[in-house]
Amino acid sequence: MSIKNTMKLQIEAKSQNESFARSTVAGFFVQINPTLEQVEDLKTAVSEAVTNCIVHAYQGKQQGQIDITCNLHDTHIEVIICDYGKGIPDIKQAMRPFYTTGTEGERSGMGFTVMQAFCDKVDVASQQGKTIITLIKNI
Amino acid sequence: MELYVEYEGSTLIFRLVGELDEHSAEFVRRKLDNAMSDGNYSAIVFDLARLSFMDSTGIGVIIGRYKTARKLNKNVYVKNPSATVDKIFKMSGLYEIITKIQ
Repeated sequence: MSIKNTMKLQIEAKSQNESFARSTVAGFFVQINPTLEQVEDLKTAVSEAVTNCIVHAYQGKQQGQIDITCNLHDTHIEVIICDYGKGIPDIKQAMRPFYTTGTEGERSGMGFTVMQAFCDKVDVASQQGKTIITLIKNI
Repeated sequence: MELYVEYEGSTLIFRLVGELDEHSAEFVRRKLDNAMSDGNYSAIVFDLARLSFMDSTGIGVIIGRYKTARKLNKNVYVKNPSATVDKIFKMSGLYEIITKIQ
């Protein structure tokens, strides 16, 4: 599968960058003519993944590197979100609806469930010091 | 993110404007809790007509306020969600506890 275009974005794990990250990915996505619904779906999924990096991987310290790579293919976009934080010890458990390790109350535990509902494929690879989330959205 | 608090009769209306995510959630929580604390209303309506974005952080924010409202014996309603926000409400089961009104 050939990549038609690619974009890399590196951001600091600050919550004010969430909006910037999802909007940038959405802006890049529009060149393969997705529907508005497809753009909104991807924006939401990217927001979940980036929020996970900030809140969980870097434990809300508001610092740490997040690398986002977007690859455009003929039929889909691939968004790879990588952090170098604490890692997810049990991916299966983390992906369960309503599961959260968040201690200070109101986390919904729905981040991965939203990613899965709003993308065609979600892949998670994690070890201590590195987590890679790959989102695929077909058009 | 902006939040407008209004009354229609005895109903407390929250109009959310902008993007509700992890970054804006704390501001929204504080403002909602502050407005809800006197208990001087019959019901709460979240008007999401101008909420342009919400992710799962918003689910937590809404469930948290729902719990507070139920303790005070008040019902919570939502209206005018965008198609994407509507999907999030459906998939998270929020519509089982919060009724969508016109």
